[in-house]
Amino acid sequence: MAHLIEIRDMYKIYAIGDEPVHALDGVSLSIDEGEFAAIMGSSGSGKSTMLNILGCLDVPTRGSYLLDGTEVAARSAAELAGIRNRKLGFVFQNFNLLPRTSALENVELPDLYMGRLSHRRRRERAMALLERVGLKGREGHTPAQLSGGQQQRVAIARALMNNPPVVFADEPTGNLDTKSSVEIMNLFTELSGEGITIVMVTHEDDIAAYAKRHIVMRDGKVMRDDMADGGARKSQDEVAKLVREALA
Amino acid sequence: MNLAMIFRVAIRAIGRNKTRSVLTCIGIIVGIAAVIAVMAIGRGARTMMVREISSMGNNLMMVFPERRNQGAVSGGMGQGQTMTADDAEAVKRELSHLVQGVSPSVRATAQMMYAAKNWSGSIQGVAPDVLLISNWTVTDGRFFTDDETRLCSRVCVIGTTVRNNLFSDGDDPVGKTLRLNNMTFKIIGVLGSKGANNWGQDQDDVVMAPYTSVQRYLKRSKFRNINMMNLSLVSMDDLDEAKREVALLLRQRHHLADYQDDDFETRDTTEIMNTIGSVTGLMTVLLTAVAAISLLVGGIGIMNIMLVSVTERIKEIGLRMAIGATPGNILMQFLLEAVVLSTVGGAFGVALGIGGAHFIGWWKGWPILVEAPTTVAAFLFSAVVGMFFGFYPAWRASKLNPIDCLRYE
Repeated sequence: MAHLIEIRDMYKIYAIGDEPVHALDGVSLSIDEGEFAAIMGSSGSGKSTMLNILGCLDVPTRGSYLLDGTEVAARSAAELAGIRNRKLGFVFQNFNLLPRTSALENVELPDLYMGRLSHRRRRERAMALLERVGLKGREGHTPAQLSGGQQQRVAIARALMNNPPVVFADEPTGNLDTKSSVEIMNLFTELSGEGITIVMVTHEDDIAAYAKRHIVMRDGKVMRDDMADGGARKSQDEVAKLVREALA
Repeated sequence: MNLAMIFRVAIRAIGRNKTRSVLTCIGIIVGIAAVIAVMAIGRGARTMMVREISSMGNNLMMVFPERRNQGAVSGGMGQGQTMTADDAEAVKRELSHLVQGVSPSVRATAQMMYAAKNWSGSIQGVAPDVLLISNWTVTDGRFFTDDETRLCSRVCVIGTTVRNNLFSDGDDPVGKTLRLNNMTFKIIGVLGSKGANNWGQDQDDVVMAPYTSVQRYLKRSKFRNINMMNLSLVSMDDLDEAKREVALLLRQRHHLADYQDDDFETRDTTEIMNTIGSVTGLMTVLLTAVAAISLLVGGIGIMNIMLVSVTERIKEIGLRMAIGATPGNILMQFLLEAVVLSTVGGAFGVALGIGGAHFIGWWKGWPILVEAPTTVAAFLFSAVVGMFFGFYPAWRASKLNPIDCLRYE
């Protein structure tokens, strides 16, 4: 069976001064449909670079990236925009909602660029998604009128708007309090249960514990990938132990 | 994303920064309003001048004797003594297929006296054809006839300014005797008022008498020379032919050899029109330059604010790109925003310009002419300004890298 995401021998090299920096140093990795994976590592480990490339926001220096069976490593900016629009959803640490714009319109945005639905169908779908993330009745609120947790729910609804095969989350709870974090992670767990593929970057063990697969990175290399161990949900302590062993 | 949606996004973005948008528009508003207002005033003035010039005469063509220089002293136009009333009569007789009226003109000044009042002014010796040539009318009495002209009758018609100065209300001048210097002339008619001409000269301050009588009794000259002759052509289309034919006839009559220059000059209103045309043309060039500069300044204002807007909304750009906006979508969004700003400015500018022109016209009593092509062109130009100056900021936004935008602090 073909993997949903498959990267081979991928390098991302930045020239900072005279010294080339290998943000990704020959990484190979595959993620299947329905997985809930956490990419972990300290800052500078290459996990953000990895997520940017997987999310088609950045292009690798070298290597191949098959997304849903098609090669996307060397595409134009416009082509990458189309791929992000149709196949990928994004959830950011700082929510990135359009300010002074209602929750409903924020959720509708991806389809405006896709132009798939009629005005009425688009509105119906956005309403349904907001209800799905527990924001029924708050469709007309602007981001400033919503709490952090609620804003992140809007962002998740937006990520699901175009029904993408995979959702990327970059430190999705980084700006949230503990209670909201738990709510958001429970929502992700539910979505994962519905078969949506989720790839999340985090450096927090308790957040990573919600994922079923843990990929630990350092210096642009994958140090540990517990998929090899059979991949089961772990407790926070088990995740912490895994990371400690990987980086030892 | 279709154009209508991008348009809505642009409108909303402008609406969010109302003060800034209005200030940005002011440059364009002022530029366009200035163009519209000054054009309206200029065109109005030109139209009025053209109308007044054509009211000077009916297919008017003038022939002057040449300027004569005596030593270093230049004689004024019409002071040469080469042209006579016989020349005028010959033109009338022989060129009747081109000319519908001819009037010699002999000017004299005289002290006019009636009862205890007196007035100083110009006496014009003319032929009855002058009525046709210069669009004069007679309101009381009658004009003098060709017979009276031939017989050197001491009759005259007066303009309203002369009447008002010599006759009290209720005193009918017709039939009264007017003393011009020491000669008595019988007033047989009063001319309809023509008012002041383009140059502010009062055309009603005039006494007209047969040119023969002016020559004999007022100029007391032994020469039969005239100051000029006024012709009314059958049609302005024949102007060039008429000029040629008149020249040929006068050269023949003055026995000029081939090597000799004309001893007369012809003038017509098209020359004056051309002069006005070149003056207003120059004005238009200057105005266009001023307008171009003010629109350049306005355009730079738009570019400046769009660059600020792109930087300010860099996270929005990153987010839009992340969820699927292509570089083309982003380009269109910011370009359209600039075009909307400039065309809204243009529309207000057009309104302000038309309003301002009418206000100035009302205030100063100037004629105003707002021409549709100028207005439409000015409005379209405001859109071009927005497109031109909005392109660079929009292009810069479209070339941004989504990750850099999302990370921007």
